[in-house]
Amino acid sequence: MLELALDARRGSFHLQVECRLASPWTVVFGPSGAGKSTLLRLLAGLDRARHSEPVRGRLSFDGHALTDTDSGLWLPPGHRQTALVTQHPALFPHLSVAANVAFGLRSLDRASRAQRVDEMLTLVDAKALTNRRSQDISGGQAQRVALARALAPGPRLLLLDEPFSALDGVASDALLDRLQQWLQRNRVQTVLATHDVSDALTIGAEVMLLREGRLTALGPAAQVLAAERERIAQRLKTP
Amino acid sequence: MDWQAFALSLRLATVTTAILLAVAVPLAALLVLGRGRWLPAIETLTTLPMVLPPTVLGFFLLVLLGPRTAFGRGIAALLGHPLAFSFDGLVVGSVIYSLPFAVQPLVAGFASVDTALVDAARILGAGPVRLVLSIFVPLARRSLLAAVVLSFLHTVGEFGVVLMLGGDIPGATRTLSIALYDQVENFDYASADRTAAILLGLSVLALAVIYSTQKRGSRRRA
Repeated sequence: MLELALDARRGSFHLQVECRLASPWTVVFGPSGAGKSTLLRLLAGLDRARHSEPVRGRLSFDGHALTDTDSGLWLPPGHRQTALVTQHPALFPHLSVAANVAFGLRSLDRASRAQRVDEMLTLVDAKALTNRRSQDISGGQAQRVALARALAPGPRLLLLDEPFSALDGVASDALLDRLQQWLQRNRVQTVLATHDVSDALTIGAEVMLLREGRLTALGPAAQVLAAERERIAQRLKTP
Repeated sequence: MDWQAFALSLRLATVTTAILLAVAVPLAALLVLGRGRWLPAIETLTTLPMVLPPTVLGFFLLVLLGPRTAFGRGIAALLGHPLAFSFDGLVVGSVIYSLPFAVQPLVAGFASVDTALVDAARILGAGPVRLVLSIFVPLARRSLLAAVVLSFLHTVGEFGVVLMLGGDIPGATRTLSIALYDQVENFDYASADRTAAILLGLSVLALAVIYSTQKRGSRRRA
């Protein structure tokens, strides 16, 4: 379970969120600029390094504090057992696809590392890319590899920030389906940020509605996004 | 042609460049990744030798490393000889004098690395050392080459610091630049021509290497 009590400022933007996310999948839904990416970066522990440390805040996952500004606690990103996959795959361009996926697996021996890389690339349907240079693959392929790289170390919390934007609808749905099964099997809690209402409705998860940095609703997708669903249905009816 | 001065210059430049590389890579990473109010102070100190007249820097070092200061006496007791007017003293002076020429290209190179890559590496567990060795250095290798070449050439060509700190001792502190000065002073223009031509050739060759590498890099990116 993820517990958030954040009051963070970034320039004129103010993010205020206080909630508990207990569902295996939570979709953070909101328009661009609502604070979705900021929230995910704070959860990943990245933003302290950029001088935008929460003014006040506590983040904890399964009872363990990740950030607690009152006690000065801040776990570095690599110690949170958290993975973040964003729209920008950020593959290391000087490394092969396999070396990218193996980057977070230093603690494993060579054979286990190779096996893990193979397993992760198979999951995202990118095994054929194993020995390719990461700068020579397409945007959609890079997003698959970035996902494999993030999952390889076995995170307990997965943060996804519109990670399949370069994939077409069919490929994205197929990957999402496989990913959901894998995450469920491996008990990985997932938070997906999106501004695409169809993503939120397809996954059928708990939805957290974010507007201008404020949490405006939290609950089942069908309930929280009822108005959005109605709007889309009306649009489809219109000739 | 003063081959002794030539060999000494190459030795001085090689040792200085090796030390600078070991110092400048972590320093540049600190300037790019670091936080805190003391960073501008470090940046200022690192860049100072670039704008300070070499004779002024040489004079300060001569006084600091000489027998007048406790530091200089301590170093002399430790090494068994004073640093001033010795090859080791020249190395210290050259490292300080050429520091900005090693640090600046590296800072520019490290800062140009996509922050998303740095974030990805940090989430995957990379600490500062791995971040520098696995991400910054390979992705900023052209800046690393520029730092090496500029440090080497700057050391080969330095005059003011060498003269103030090392004097003109053949085989110990007389570098090519000092030899050229001596040759001109003695109206030995034929030798001065050759010495100057070697210094010019080295500079042109090194810049050609930097620019051709950068061209190859940008063609590969295109």
